[in-house]
Amino acid sequence: MLNIFEVSETNKMIEKENLDVRTITLGISLLDCISADLGNCNQNVYEKITKAAEHLVAVGEEIEKEFGIPIVNKRISVTPMALVGASACRGAEDFVTLAHTMDRAAKAVGVNLIGGYSALVSKGMTQADEWLIHSIPQALAETERVCSSVNLGSTKTGINMDGVRLMGQIIKETAELTKEQDSAACMKLVVFCNAPDDNPFMAGAFHGVTESDMVINVGVSGPGVVKTALEKVRGESFEVLCETIKKTAFKVTRVGQLVAQEASRMLDIPFGIVDLSLAPTPAVGDSVADILCEIGLEYAGAPGTTAALALLNDQVKKGGVMASSYVGGLSGAFIPVSEDQGMIDAVTAGALTLEKLEAMTCVCSVGLDMIAIPGKTPASTISGIIADEMAIGMVNQKTTAVRVIPAIGKDVGEQVEFGGLFGYAPVMPVNGYSCEAFINRKGRIPAPIHSFKN
Amino acid sequence: MKKTIITVVGKDTVGIIAGVCSYLADNGINILDISQTIVQGYFNMMMVVDTSGAVKSHNEMTDELKKLGEKIGVIIRCQREEIFQSMHRI
Repeated sequence: MLNIFEVSETNKMIEKENLDVRTITLGISLLDCISADLGNCNQNVYEKITKAAEHLVAVGEEIEKEFGIPIVNKRISVTPMALVGASACRGAEDFVTLAHTMDRAAKAVGVNLIGGYSALVSKGMTQADEWLIHSIPQALAETERVCSSVNLGSTKTGINMDGVRLMGQIIKETAELTKEQDSAACMKLVVFCNAPDDNPFMAGAFHGVTESDMVINVGVSGPGVVKTALEKVRGESFEVLCETIKKTAFKVTRVGQLVAQEASRMLDIPFGIVDLSLAPTPAVGDSVADILCEIGLEYAGAPGTTAALALLNDQVKKGGVMASSYVGGLSGAFIPVSEDQGMIDAVTAGALTLEKLEAMTCVCSVGLDMIAIPGKTPASTISGIIADEMAIGMVNQKTTAVRVIPAIGKDVGEQVEFGGLFGYAPVMPVNGYSCEAFINRKGRIPAPIHSFKN
Repeated sequence: MKKTIITVVGKDTVGIIAGVCSYLADNGINILDISQTIVQGYFNMMMVVDTSGAVKSHNEMTDELKKLGEKIGVIIRCQREEIFQSMHRI
């Protein structure tokens, strides 16, 4: 029988340490919506999404109430739109209509974000992929809830440098189109290397083509819980430190697993995966950087940060893997700047630089995330930043991503405000030396030697 | 059997248990176990109840118990047992 201390511990995690389920994401395949006629295609997409996700928000709210655990976001991911629209679209403008349809469907069912305005171009681009990519700035500027992602490389295929060059320009254009709102549309755009098919987190969620018709993926969170647990073991050995993180990660993930199973049962949609990521928010005490400080750093970014993060990421996985029957998505610690108060403080204090963040992405999930850079940064430099990050992912056989926000009209020392879960970010300095000649080369970087395992 | 955990936390006062128990009795909810402690002057109670005979839905019960708590001056929560089981038992 449960005892009162166990019950109090769980409730304390929820109330005081920001334990929550970050997202229930419903993946929906839109492959059966493909039509040669654009009007039909749009109609099919709208009908499929609104029917599939009809009860998603209500079920999420019911689970919240029954278990007494907040479920912060209910979201949808769909098949990459470049595939869905390939037959119907005859140009970038046509793809924008599909973005509007996604936005309308998301609003109709009450989800706050919908992901999958995506193209998978890790080796090459089809005409449809190119049109979709060219339509991204307009699509994101004109819609509210649509998220876009582009996979530019993988360990198996190498890096599509034509795509990297193009995405540098597209990110810049997207920033320009929403410069009145601090270039906010760039928050909804991410580029990947080794993008997972079952990621429940935005902006990078899409429903991969290898997935079933519909699937429930859940992302848990709980940096605050890990931080509080570590407060009790200050000065202890690494063994004690690691055990504590592992046990805490286990507990947090078990909640995610329960919510995923319950949502799957109530919606009668198969359960896909639980994503073990430690996802921070700007709320005080909900920060991954604070965990790094608790491990023993003055600020995130101090020497030792990469090692501390590697340890944290690994222990989170070790604890989480046993807690869930299927683990997937990104699974690790997220290190976004704007969404994490501890990271913002570290940047403001001058402790954390873009170069250190890049080193940190070698040992944790995702990559350079929610980083504001000066608006005058050339597109080729953004492409250079992307290429570096893609190379880390390709060589280390892991997912890496870039979500940078060129703050148009702003420079180092100023900050951009996004509001809500997205927080704010100080504009960070970028290395001013050029990589234009490198980026202007055509073609792709070949797959690394260790990809040839067959 | 559908087990639910009711927790009551707040400043100790006369009639907390009586108030909660009579609500449960009126609504066909059977109490399986009660444990209670006082931590730093604060009343802390956990009840394991069986809601399979309950007339009202879990949501209604949660809302009504919350209101009752506000009246007595304590926080009353009502959560399905599984969340605690899954976190603390393998």
